Amino acid sequence: MPHADPKGVLTGVHFMDGDHAACEGAIAAGARFAAGYPITPSTEIVERFAARIPTVGGVFIQMEDELAASIAIAGAVWAGAKAFTVTSGPGFSLMMEHIGFAAMTETPCVFINVQRGGPSTGLPTLPAQADMMQARWGSHGDYEIIALCPNSPQECFDLAIRAFNLAEEFRVPVMFMMDEVVGHMTEKVVIPPAEQIQIYPRRHTRLPPGEYKPFEPGPDLVPDMVHAGEGYRFHVTGLTHDERGYPSMTVAAQDRLVKRLKAKITRAADRLACYETDGVEGADVVVVCYGITSRVALRAVHLARERGVKVGWLRLITVWPFPTKQLRALARQIKAFVVPELNLGQMVLEVERAAAGQAETISVPHAGGGVHDPEQILDAIMEVVR
Amino acid sequence: MPKGYVAINVERCKGCGFCVEFCPTHVLAMSSAFNSKGYHPPHVVNPDKCTGCDLCGMYCPDFAIYGWKAPESKNGAKRDAAR
Amino acid sequence: MNGGVGDPAELGPRPEAEIPPEACECAPENPVEQFLRTDRMPHIWCPGCGIGTTVNSFARALLEAKVDLDRVAVVSGIGCTGRVAGYVRLDSFHTTHGRAIPFATGLKLANPNLLVVVYSGDGDLFAIGGNHIIHAARRNLDIKVICVNNFVYGMTGGQVAPTTPVGATTTTTPYGCFEPAFNLPALMDAAGAVYVARWTSYHVRQLTRAMVDIFRKKGFCFIEVITPCPTLYQRKNRMGEGLDAMKYYKEKSKVRHGAPTSEVALTLDGDIIVGKFVDRERPEYMELMRSQLAAQLGDRYVEVEHLVCS
Ligand SMILES: Cc1ncc(C[n+]2csc(CCOP(=O)(O)OP(=O)(O)O)c2C)c(N)n1
Ligand code: SF4
Ligand code: SF4
Ligand code: SF4
Repeated sequence: MPHADPKGVLTGVHFMDGDHAACEGAIAAGARFAAGYPITPSTEIVERFAARIPTVGGVFIQMEDELAASIAIAGAVWAGAKAFTVTSGPGFSLMMEHIGFAAMTETPCVFINVQRGGPSTGLPTLPAQADMMQARWGSHGDYEIIALCPNSPQECFDLAIRAFNLAEEFRVPVMFMMDEVVGHMTEKVVIPPAEQIQIYPRRHTRLPPGEYKPFEPGPDLVPDMVHAGEGYRFHVTGLTHDERGYPSMTVAAQDRLVKRLKAKITRAADRLACYETDGVEGADVVVVCYGITSRVALRAVHLARERGVKVGWLRLITVWPFPTKQLRALARQIKAFVVPELNLGQMVLEVERAAAGQAETISVPHAGGGVHDPEQILDAIMEVVR
Repeated sequence: MPKGYVAINVERCKGCGFCVEFCPTHVLAMSSAFNSKGYHPPHVVNPDKCTGCDLCGMYCPDFAIYGWKAPESKNGAKRDAAR
Repeated sequence: MNGGVGDPAELGPRPEAEIPPEACECAPENPVEQFLRTDRMPHIWCPGCGIGTTVNSFARALLEAKVDLDRVAVVSGIGCTGRVAGYVRLDSFHTTHGRAIPFATGLKLANPNLLVVVYSGDGDLFAIGGNHIIHAARRNLDIKVICVNNFVYGMTGGQVAPTTPVGATTTTTPYGCFEPAFNLPALMDAAGAVYVARWTSYHVRQLTRAMVDIFRKKGFCFIEVITPCPTLYQRKNRMGEGLDAMKYYKEKSKVRHGAPTSEVALTLDGDIIVGKFVDRERPEYMELMRSQLAAQLGDRYVEVEHLVCS
């Protein structure tokens, strides 16, 4: 893989918050276009991009709303750029149609959602993790996305690069699911030299115009791309289409396309699975967590261990596709999963599905606006082993 | 000798009549025949009046007709010879 | 929309035009042909629908303006008019309902070398997409907007649109439309468009001319084209076929170049004021952005023409 363009990489040791780090990650990943609409607690990302990008060589535009922002990035991608948009709950809701459009048209792009309390305007300045299902299922129809969930400013940087790389590799919209605490927490962020940052290049076809079919998949089920202005005279539509990109309103065309859009991600699920564990081997209970909650949960895990409980910690980094197979294997070895999250029970449904009755699954919900008290998670752990 | 010609793609025609109505020299008329989709296409009734102005082509919403100007005399002579 | 046309692949070989035998040697191809995805013909538009007529002007204007066709990108929203993107043999994007303009915004900003043409319906551009079009005009983004106005929502079956004249019947105003309509040229003028014109599908030559004008002009340009929708608008309002609408346009159109846009509002059966209403100069968005950033950042400003990634 080629490495990052040094122009965009602020190599060095920094003290910055998650929002700023995510912005630097996007720039390091090669993003040269962002469109946004201000919304707390995500705005710092676009503010930083607006300040930084003219000195790197790129464009930021504040659009008139999130519908506009979320499709302006698709336009920029088809012109050749790497692009992303940034938002939080209410704006994320407005973007749903264009997540589906990006999935259907296989437009590689990144949607950053710094989650806040909902529903509706909810808690603008306070955290939640309640858009996790929306990220997966929010647009209509059957489709797949990839979602990543950082738990520190350092990871906001590192994973943002991974988000862009995965978007390019799979030609899929990638959801970057931060939360208010991770976004606003300031920590040390180490930005490596550009040559140590690997970049997945645009999958541009090598075929000449006459031979190229815009939606003909390669062996990995992902088609190669072209950009406007290159002489290919290609067509892109959100309608069900054939390999030429032409609308095709048949059951067969729908079956072929929608199944491929799903399979290109699900077939790679093992490779996409990404999580961090601590003390999972030989554990009776495993706490499954992600984002800011993973940090609180680690504290609860330590407290439980002090009380002699064999408890493991598993932090999801790739949240979608969900690592079903890996958790199912784990379920056979343990008594229970404990799933704390800043919502009333979202990813716990996936954990339960993966456990398939092999291990008990306990939800530790939190309505958002703050983080769990580690004692709440500890209580749930102790309850299971009692 | 006509100053222009008109070509009709009968199968594309949907019988709207724009070409017949707006041909400035009344070259065309709607035919009573049907195409395979059941529309009446136009046909040429006054070929000699065609100027090749292509207004029919500009009006046709189905890209089914167009006109062009006859080439200058040299080719014209050749064409007459071919007749 | 004309029903019953399925997968283009099922339609078999395309029929050829019947060329008079004596003219075979000198017969050129239909000039529109090279701009069409002929493997997708026939199109879905109804008999007598005016959308196809506007495409003829578009094709001829591209030829006349001598633009490099590889540089043209057509962006449509959703609707009968939105299907234009799928029929033209150019880089073309059929986006989501109402969002052609913001898609075009991203496309243009990432590659300013493109000639970006937004081709869409009045409902798409001014109802669901109304917010976007006024902002694109305000910014004076260098895109060319061709708005096909048939006074209703065609694709969904003839519902009321923001352009439906008071008194017209539509499927969602069964007792007559009482909502005042937008005067599109006035709206575009007020929002800052540098070129605003209105023609009808009867005015094929003038429309072609206007398109040539906007392909050559920098900034946000807008052309409204009044077209027949015989299947829905005409039928519901007992206005006859497409051809009757065309004759009506011929009879009722008054050319008034430079007319104040406040005076060009349309009514159910009144005159149709057509012409070029606005043609002015204002700095274009990218120019403004670049000069501002260069002034503020000096040497630190990195100007990149095309944001293409590796
Ligand atoms: C978000 C969304 N809402 C509604 C629709 C349904 N819809 C498709 S086209 C259309 C109206 C099109 O009207 P107009 O833009 O005037 O175009 P026309 O069909 O008349 O050319 C509507 C409401 C849609 N596709 N997407
Ligand atoms: S080319 Fe002109 S004169 Fe000839 S048929 Fe067409 S409209 Fe009539
Ligand atoms: S204008 Fe075209 S579609 Fe209409 S009648 Fe003439 S050839 Fe047929
Ligand atoms: S605009 Fe009206 S006439 Fe044209 S295709 Fe749509 S429904 Fe048919």
